[in-house]
Amino acid sequence: MTATVVDSRARLIVAGPDLAEHVRRHGPVPWQGGPHRLIPLVEAAGLTGHGGAGFPTHRKLAAVAAGDRPVVVGNGAEGEPASAKDRTLLHHAPHLVLDGLQLAAECVGASRAYLYVQQAPAEAVRHALAQRRAARQDRIAVEVVVAADRFVSGEESAVVSAVEGRAPLPRDKFRMVVKSGVRGRPTLVQNVETLAHLALIARHGPTWFRSRGTAEEPGTFLATVNGAVGGVYELPYGVPVEEALARAGGTPVPLQALLVGGFHGAWLPPEAFGAPLSRAGLRPWGAVPGAGVLVALPLGRCGLIESARIAGYLAGETAGQCGPCVNGLPRLATTLHRLAHGPLHPALPAEVARLSALVERRGACNHPDGTVRFIRSSMQIFAAEVTAHLAGRCSQHGRGTR
Amino acid sequence: MTRLHIDWTACEGRGACVELLPELLYRDEWGYPLAREKQPQVPPALEGHARRAVRDCPRLALRFVET
Repeated sequence: MTATVVDSRARLIVAGPDLAEHVRRHGPVPWQGGPHRLIPLVEAAGLTGHGGAGFPTHRKLAAVAAGDRPVVVGNGAEGEPASAKDRTLLHHAPHLVLDGLQLAAECVGASRAYLYVQQAPAEAVRHALAQRRAARQDRIAVEVVVAADRFVSGEESAVVSAVEGRAPLPRDKFRMVVKSGVRGRPTLVQNVETLAHLALIARHGPTWFRSRGTAEEPGTFLATVNGAVGGVYELPYGVPVEEALARAGGTPVPLQALLVGGFHGAWLPPEAFGAPLSRAGLRPWGAVPGAGVLVALPLGRCGLIESARIAGYLAGETAGQCGPCVNGLPRLATTLHRLAHGPLHPALPAEVARLSALVERRGACNHPDGTVRFIRSSMQIFAAEVTAHLAGRCSQHGRGTR
Repeated sequence: MTRLHIDWTACEGRGACVELLPELLYRDEWGYPLAREKQPQVPPALEGHARRAVRDCPRLALRFVET
């Protein structure tokens, strides 16, 4: 899962976890000499968030920098079970992330910084921080907060709750986190990979950053490839899907679909594998690169059974706060489970569509909407399988589905 | 223009808002408020009722957003 290929064009994972080697390869922290100075560079580079939402980083920096006594949080919670890129980055290149955190704090004028990570990479991060303290590398102290291993624990407002010492649950967005986050202070929550890119932009500038990727979506991203093939790879935005799969070692068996963007993402059929991995390239299939998670479904497996399994997982990951999500997601998952395993009824697909519309946009966070996106995509891409199941057949199990 | 914002983490589907604003809201099968339009804009004629709904929500889950 965490096999990392050495790539001569790799930007992020090149120096290893040791501070001396990091400084030898990348140089010391490129302090900008005051707040705001990094913002035009980041804007010119076109950096967007790598946590999934893809929000322009300079806008978030500017919003937080405009506030009073801000806080910065590096987000490595990576609650998506199919993603391993953040913990891989934290294990292999923690200093690039920590440089980025210091630079983000300088940029917004923050005096408090947190790094929110899972239990697994927390030790590597603490070790890296100890090295930096000994070398007097940092200007502000960084507090490590360990994230719960739940799907929604990396959601921006859940991160704020966790840093405050509360349960890592999403909050209502009436007040935005950039304006009122940790203890009511303006808060920058930025994915750890975004911070690593930030640290490189501060060193090499926007033109260098734009030398890979596309004009509209510049730079590289870490992809986690799962399923029939696997590993974490750094790829340029716009790389064709099939090339990304080839980088992951090719597909030993033909694929029938590829889930792009993780469990909140959308399926691509094989005829879409020539499409560029970018927002623009994936738009026709309703998919986005998101946090770079790809799940390969080999031929011979039932897409409907696989989708029902993921929907069941997502329903179980509701934070348990918002009525439409708490009630709607289990109902959706049960309906999909019936389509996959029976007892069958011809009205089940219509019921999936009705429940999807009922829960959409009715939660404090993106979990119901992301789940609905995944389920709609599943129903569309595996439409033939749905028809087969309703007729009592399954591509994986043959007859006798019910 | 004014619209309503529901704090879904606070709402428990008590139904006060739906009773006061049936023109804008109805209840889903679990009792939670459901907007008749995608963005529940409050027309000027209903602003008084909407203010009352915001004030009387027993969970303080309903708010005004000026847009």
